[in-house]
Amino acid sequence: MTASLSSVSVVFGREFRAYFATPLAAIFLVVFLALAGAMTFFVSGFFARGSADMAAFFTWMPWLFLVLLPAIGMRLWAEERRSGTIELLMTMPVAPWTIVLGKFLAGWAFTGVALALTTPLWITVNWLGSPDNGVIAAGYLGTFLMAGAFLAVAACISTLTKNQVIAFISAAIVTFILVTAGLELVLGAIRGWAPYWLTEAVAALSVLEHFQRITQGLIEAPTLIFFGSLIVLALMINTFLVDLKKAQ
Amino acid sequence: MTTLVEARGLKKRFGDTTAVDDVSLSVSRGEVVGFLGPNGAGKSTTMKMITGFLEPDSGTAQIGGHDVWRDPAAAKAKLGYLPEGAPAYGEMPVADFLSFVGKMRGLRKAQLNNRLAEMAERVRLTEVWSRPIEALSKGYRRRVGIAQALIHDPDVLILDEPTDGLDPNQKHEMRNLIREIAPNKSIIVSTHILEEVESVCSRAVIIASGKVVADATPRDLVGSKDDGRAIQIRISSPEEASVIEKIKPLVGGAELEVMERMNGSTRLLLRYNDKPEDTHAIKTRLKSADLPVEEVGIYRPRLEDVFRDVTTRIH
Repeated sequence: MTASLSSVSVVFGREFRAYFATPLAAIFLVVFLALAGAMTFFVSGFFARGSADMAAFFTWMPWLFLVLLPAIGMRLWAEERRSGTIELLMTMPVAPWTIVLGKFLAGWAFTGVALALTTPLWITVNWLGSPDNGVIAAGYLGTFLMAGAFLAVAACISTLTKNQVIAFISAAIVTFILVTAGLELVLGAIRGWAPYWLTEAVAALSVLEHFQRITQGLIEAPTLIFFGSLIVLALMINTFLVDLKKAQ
Repeated sequence: MTTLVEARGLKKRFGDTTAVDDVSLSVSRGEVVGFLGPNGAGKSTTMKMITGFLEPDSGTAQIGGHDVWRDPAAAKAKLGYLPEGAPAYGEMPVADFLSFVGKMRGLRKAQLNNRLAEMAERVRLTEVWSRPIEALSKGYRRRVGIAQALIHDPDVLILDEPTDGLDPNQKHEMRNLIREIAPNKSIIVSTHILEEVESVCSRAVIIASGKVVADATPRDLVGSKDDGRAIQIRISSPEEASVIEKIKPLVGGAELEVMERMNGSTRLLLRYNDKPEDTHAIKTRLKSADLPVEEVGIYRPRLEDVFRDVTTRIH
């Protein structure tokens, strides 16, 4: 077990540093902060709302993340397969799941860095008024969990191709479905013909529903289980797919 | 002698084609096996199965006594592998990459640093130690690939075309390196350069269409035909065809085959399948017929001839 954990941390270290070895990290951070800022201040009218909270910021997170996390996750496996380094990884004396987990955690930590860079907004809110900091903390927790779920899905999909662009687009489509599953727009379209249980199942997949509850400050077991199991399930499928697709 | 690599009955199909068909191979400590074959013969596929990267449809592979599928961690710990094309993380400096591989292989701290220092010196990477791998020349990149395979001082080394794309000097260096590390390890080297096999390998395994068609020392492979039933003649004449016609009745019913034409002279091979002929008798007969024969002698095939012979027979 110690050996497994140590190989997770070795993979994590390499992958985390790899983000910063290319301009990708800087571009990502700039784009994320610029978009988050623009949405919060201009589209949602942060100041005009006259309310000391971060709802104007969190509302946009699912929509930003469904584009940005596929960008973080796309290289994780597609690049290994394209360059052939997957042959090195898979002939090392470590369990494949440790590599899957190390890579995922590196991408997740990178997302954490991006989120940490938005904390000046939190400070600003506190300077302007007296917000409920518990709700904001819950909002950050929810955002981070959602990022983890999207990233796990994107990493999983990137095992299926050697092409990062295809990996990006496919992951964006899948995360889009996850986000919109609970919207009346989608449910209404299914309800007409699908059995009740299917409609309910689709609604239960809704990231948006869980995310909205947690950003209101409601940290509930179903939400934690929802995001947690989405991550675990995606990583398990990821491990299985790596083994299946590595040699093709 | 300890057997470090033991592959039995490996089979692999991709769709309708059988890439590897019942390949068995065992390699002892101290042996360097040259794995030869035309492109697409199944060399890489076989190696990938022995390393545990690719699961065979049937058959088993053991490294250092551990089955690569039932006990992968133990088997892979004893294995160093250079995949075809020496893949590496291009953006990483040489030192970071080797240190990453070392850590994945369980090396830590002082032990890791010792091994890194030894690799830098032995594989001669000091000059490029802190440069990103993508900025290196092909020769250096290949050396980085060898270094990552050797970092944990494995018992078994599997190298897929380690000299492919290198210049003659780099090839020479690579062969010296392989020879240097050979005594304590089992090494499998795939290649399609035959002189490489003669210079570094203690055994040659030739594979064609997924099957092992020869497995012997390079000398035995060449010698296996040196039985006096094959005689070679070198003639030098602009009218090759008419000379050959004149030779035919004088050589006692041998099968006649043109092996090579070079600088105006032609090498002919006479095969006597049942009764060996006397070289001198033929020489005398040809001389007295006043034919432009330069040389008559026992046919000593080069590895190249054997290779062509055993790999084309199957098609």
